[in-house]
Amino acid sequence: MQEAMINKAKQLLADGTVDRVIGWKRGEFAYDITPAVFETAEELEKEFVFDDFTAANVSKYLVKESKKEGRILAFLKPCDTYSFNQLTKEHRVVRENVYIVGIPGGPKLDAEKIKAKGITGILGVKNENYTLKIDTVYGEETMPFYEAILDKCATCKSKKHVVYDELIGDEGEVLDSNRFDMVEKLENMTAQERYDFWRGELSKCIRCNACRNVCPACTCEKCVFDNPNSGVENKAPADSFEENMFHIIRAFHVAGRCTDCGECSRVCPQHIPLHLLNRKFIKDINSLYGEYQAGEDTTSRAPLNDYKQDDCEASVVHERGVE
Amino acid sequence: MQVNDNKDFQPLIVAFCCNWCSYAGADLSGTNRLNYPTNVKIIRVPCSCRVNPMFILRAFQRGADGVILCGCHPGDCHYTSGNYFTRRRMTLLFSMLDFLGIERDRTRVEWVSAAEGAKFAATMNEFTEAVKKLGPNRRLEDLRCRKQ
Repeated sequence: MQEAMINKAKQLLADGTVDRVIGWKRGEFAYDITPAVFETAEELEKEFVFDDFTAANVSKYLVKESKKEGRILAFLKPCDTYSFNQLTKEHRVVRENVYIVGIPGGPKLDAEKIKAKGITGILGVKNENYTLKIDTVYGEETMPFYEAILDKCATCKSKKHVVYDELIGDEGEVLDSNRFDMVEKLENMTAQERYDFWRGELSKCIRCNACRNVCPACTCEKCVFDNPNSGVENKAPADSFEENMFHIIRAFHVAGRCTDCGECSRVCPQHIPLHLLNRKFIKDINSLYGEYQAGEDTTSRAPLNDYKQDDCEASVVHERGVE
Repeated sequence: MQVNDNKDFQPLIVAFCCNWCSYAGADLSGTNRLNYPTNVKIIRVPCSCRVNPMFILRAFQRGADGVILCGCHPGDCHYTSGNYFTRRRMTLLFSMLDFLGIERDRTRVEWVSAAEGAKFAATMNEFTEAVKKLGPNRRLEDLRCRKQ
């Protein structure tokens, strides 16, 4: 796949269709693959990487990149195309300046899950018939492939590219995922249990803002959390209230626009399942205001920018579920 | 549900009232000599839709035990559609607070028109009683803002 992508990029650079390429390159370790912009065939040849650790969604980078001069080639996985569509809908990217090549999606690997098995010093991985062969500085190790995949890939919602100029590989399908299972499980707990669960998770927050910075829906130039006069500006949470407030507001600001790409949980250094907050909003929107998948198209109205005269009242929250 | 046994507990209730209906409704209940608890502190907003989720969280942070949002009845908004948006937003916000384990009876949305002074007083009496039963807000308070 990597070879095919490099060749495609070189060809598009050579015939002048694009001026730059956004892809990924290796970081310090084999598993920290990071987004990067390439301008020449040599750079691509030398540094371009696409492997089982390449999970980063590059859509958000296009907010800035698409406003620069010239066209940029972006390789987008199915989940990334939803984010891109949503950004197009909100006029955050210049569609004409981006040439999208759709590439097959995951499942991608989570290095933390490999490390949790006691495997360290990872140099590279190979997937052979769903057995993961891990090359480490201490020799070769193996583990089942599906035990090492990212949580967001385990509940993949769609393998379909919703926007592209060209595809490498086949067109996928929207999947029937079980992504709301965990939300449902929490909903069926008592309020005290839910409170304890979230206190346990959110109290780990160090307010690094990685979840906000990586989120393709979170693209305000001035963020409410950057305003020193707001009293909620960026600083380590000093009280449990701040942890709760930051995460409620972060999730609320993307409610109805979150495409459920799962990047927030993937980048969280404290492994807080932040996507559950976003999914709770998605689940509520689906059940109260009709099925809605953000990023699926570029024309429909977002649920929170819309209303119906016979919408349910807020008291619906008091009437359902366990207390 | 936890029930508060402290009989002396006096909750602090913050009521966001829209300028055109509910604030006038509160005024009417006053001129009609109707009683509603002094626990209720009214904050006037131009439209119920002015209320940002952060306002509600901040009220809890600063010591409120219950927050109620009052606006014009759906269809009667001075700005045509503001309260329809409020309705969706608050439904989602309250649902999220419930999801995080915050007691669901601490928040409420009620539509009160300028002619419903009696409804305003009754709502506030009832809501204050409900919050009194819940006891002080502990799950969404900021210890730094606690009164000594």
